Amino acid sequence: MSDVSTPAVAARPRLQMARLRDLALLPAIVVLLAVGFIASPIFLTTGNLLNVVQQQSELGLVVLGEALVLIVGKMDLSLESTLGFAPALAMVFVLPTSEHGLGLGLPEWSALPVCLLVGVAIGAINAFLVLRLQLSGFIITLGMLITIRGVQQGLTHGQSLPGQDMPSLSYLGSAMWLGVHASIWIFLALFVVAIVFVGYFRHGRSLYAIGGNESAAKAAGIRSTRVTAIVLIVASVLAALAGALMVGRLGSDSATQGAGWIFNAFAAAVLGGISLNGGKGTMFGAMCGVLMLGLVQNILTLAHVDGNWIGAVNGAIIIGALVLARLTTGKAQD
Amino acid sequence: MNAVEASNITKRFGQTVALNDVHITVADGETHALVGRNGAGKSTLVSMLTGLNRPDSGEITFRGEPAPPVSDRQAWRTKVACVYQKSTIIPTLTVAENLFINRQNLDGGPVISWSRLRRTASDLLSEYGVDVDPNTDAADLTVEQRQLVEIARALSFGAKFIILDEPTAQLDGPAIERLFERMRSLRAAGVTFLFISHHLQEIFEICQTVTVFRDARHIVTSPVADLSKDQLVESMTGEAVGLGAGSARPTIGTKSILDVQGLALGKHFSGIDLSVRKGEVVGIAGSASSGKVELGEVIVGLRKADVGTVAVAGKTLKPGSVPAALAGGVGFVPEDRHKEGFVPGMSIAENATFPISGRLGRFGAVSGRRRAAVAEKMIDELAIKTSGPDQDVADLSGGNQQKVVMARALSSEPSLLVLMDPTAGVDVKSKENLLDAVDRAAAAGTAVLVISDELDDLRPCDRVLVMFHGSVAGEFPAGWTDNELVSVIEGIGESSGE
Repeated sequence: MSDVSTPAVAARPRLQMARLRDLALLPAIVVLLAVGFIASPIFLTTGNLLNVVQQQSELGLVVLGEALVLIVGKMDLSLESTLGFAPALAMVFVLPTSEHGLGLGLPEWSALPVCLLVGVAIGAINAFLVLRLQLSGFIITLGMLITIRGVQQGLTHGQSLPGQDMPSLSYLGSAMWLGVHASIWIFLALFVVAIVFVGYFRHGRSLYAIGGNESAAKAAGIRSTRVTAIVLIVASVLAALAGALMVGRLGSDSATQGAGWIFNAFAAAVLGGISLNGGKGTMFGAMCGVLMLGLVQNILTLAHVDGNWIGAVNGAIIIGALVLARLTTGKAQD
Repeated sequence: MNAVEASNITKRFGQTVALNDVHITVADGETHALVGRNGAGKSTLVSMLTGLNRPDSGEITFRGEPAPPVSDRQAWRTKVACVYQKSTIIPTLTVAENLFINRQNLDGGPVISWSRLRRTASDLLSEYGVDVDPNTDAADLTVEQRQLVEIARALSFGAKFIILDEPTAQLDGPAIERLFERMRSLRAAGVTFLFISHHLQEIFEICQTVTVFRDARHIVTSPVADLSKDQLVESMTGEAVGLGAGSARPTIGTKSILDVQGLALGKHFSGIDLSVRKGEVVGIAGSASSGKVELGEVIVGLRKADVGTVAVAGKTLKPGSVPAALAGGVGFVPEDRHKEGFVPGMSIAENATFPISGRLGRFGAVSGRRRAAVAEKMIDELAIKTSGPDQDVADLSGGNQQKVVMARALSSEPSLLVLMDPTAGVDVKSKENLLDAVDRAAAAGTAVLVISDELDDLRPCDRVLVMFHGSVAGEFPAGWTDNELVSVIEGIGESSGE
């Protein structure tokens, strides 16, 4: 790294530097793989690694949504509640009253579409409050986080909703495609779409323009309010889809599904080089951030760290990783 | 053919008339200067000419064709481009992407070809001789490079008419020369400029025609060659309004209160020596790039000087420390009252007594009664229009907010009062109240430093120093004429010696 940053070499190496920043987490991931190999012989098996990706696929979709929101210069904390709330609402629409449902008698197949539509609705409400009424995005989405979590508690009386009788909702989270979990395919496919969209399409680039300097973006003819609203809605839909995947994987939707995830979502995004001030960071980086967190957790489990201490160790490792990322990129995280 | 013609333009913002039936005609291929003092209506006209705002009445045509509707940004960008004082570059993206922002797909297809974008950007930059690597992050550009990139981008839309809004304000001498060189060669290639500057010298150097606005009205348009510098300054200032001039103060003391020695700060100013005596009011005038505000901020501790000392009443202040300055007997009104002047959401009484809250009660507690009494007295002295000392400062008008800031500065009964643009954006009546307060403070023995380019603020001063590009360019005792002061402020080069 030190030889490319010398001032003597000009144009070309600068470009490589910019690309290197995208790949900044790869060395860390390699180190984690090595540590994991030492910690446990089953770590470096295809089964275990696919397991890591499958377990991170739900967080991955939330990070994907949050990264888009952060790039456009906003924040959405409510994604973690949407993760539990959207499938729960879809299920109570379908279930009879005897099983905590509302007895609306919606057909079973409608559960997944309703789940995604709930995501659209929450994103649209967030967008209306933040963009039209000009309320503070941080506190509004925090309020939304608490509100919809509370509505889920109220509707379900704090009970888990069973997912087994709901094939449309639980299919994606439990199916295998070509011998690999469908959620892994979905995770990878959506990230590839996002990488290409924000990297190679004018409308994707407008996210960076808005997050970097909104008035300049407007002067360039970008409809910043509309783009930002769409991003907020897409993020909520991704969280709702993640919720459906989780219902399929676990077989039920607990009242606390997704609770506390938003810290991991932000941590993964920032680790991956996304700026909380907007306009900076790549989707590939965000994806590496997600995978890195998954590896850390997997290694802690395989190393038989006391379950009561996993939270503390995990948090400390994330903080350490953020410090390390700050030192290696040499730029202030904001 | 005229590049642009605007006629009978009127624009109101609420009660204020920003433009009153003005007109301007810029002929094809000329470099046309637009000058006027603050509030003359220049920036409002620019926002009309670039399609960011619609005039209430009047007509704008480009090369004979009526202006496009305000909603059609693309059409406007082919007619006119503007390099604003505020950057329209997106700092987190590369130069190449900034050049083609929102049109990165150069071949019209849906997918962006980055190699093609970089190549085209590189071609565009070299076509206009801009020596910038297109892969640089825009955040790393200097002000000069940023302007050149913005000019290149403007030209790439096919606009042949470019507005430069005070482009030289943040540039140093050699960079200004390079900008002018470029403007000359672009003009030779058929580009028309509307050039806005506070430095009249530059207008004589680069422009062929000049239009003067004053108080939202068109005053004169004339070829630069037919106008003497004096005539130009005269038409900019008009008749001066006599505000608070000639008030009788007791004679100035002999004891020096403020002593500044060899003060220098980066590119802002250097080698400043200054002393203000007890009861003396000294003005510091200069344009935005003169370094006068930075000098004031160093004196009150908001900034830290590179070298030099500031002493108040014989004691050297700890550099870069506002608490040290306040403890040393300095009271001040900062340049931007919204940023540094008051805390919205807190009452007048709280805002006005921040520096003396320690004296209003025992053991760190603040006595509400004593605070209210102090605030009542200030409200009375400064004629603050309010329902009482408990009113939220945010609900006051700009003039009354500024009086609260002044009250705060006066609350500690300072031996030195530093005022930065104390009457910016306040109405005439409030201005009078504020300047009266300055008068009273000086009469009571306070040394006062007034940093401003408002002639009304400077008129009551016992002497006025004029700063230009970071050093003192002239000194005037009371009784100066507007024209002689303005010509030194604008850098025409006549100092008091001539």
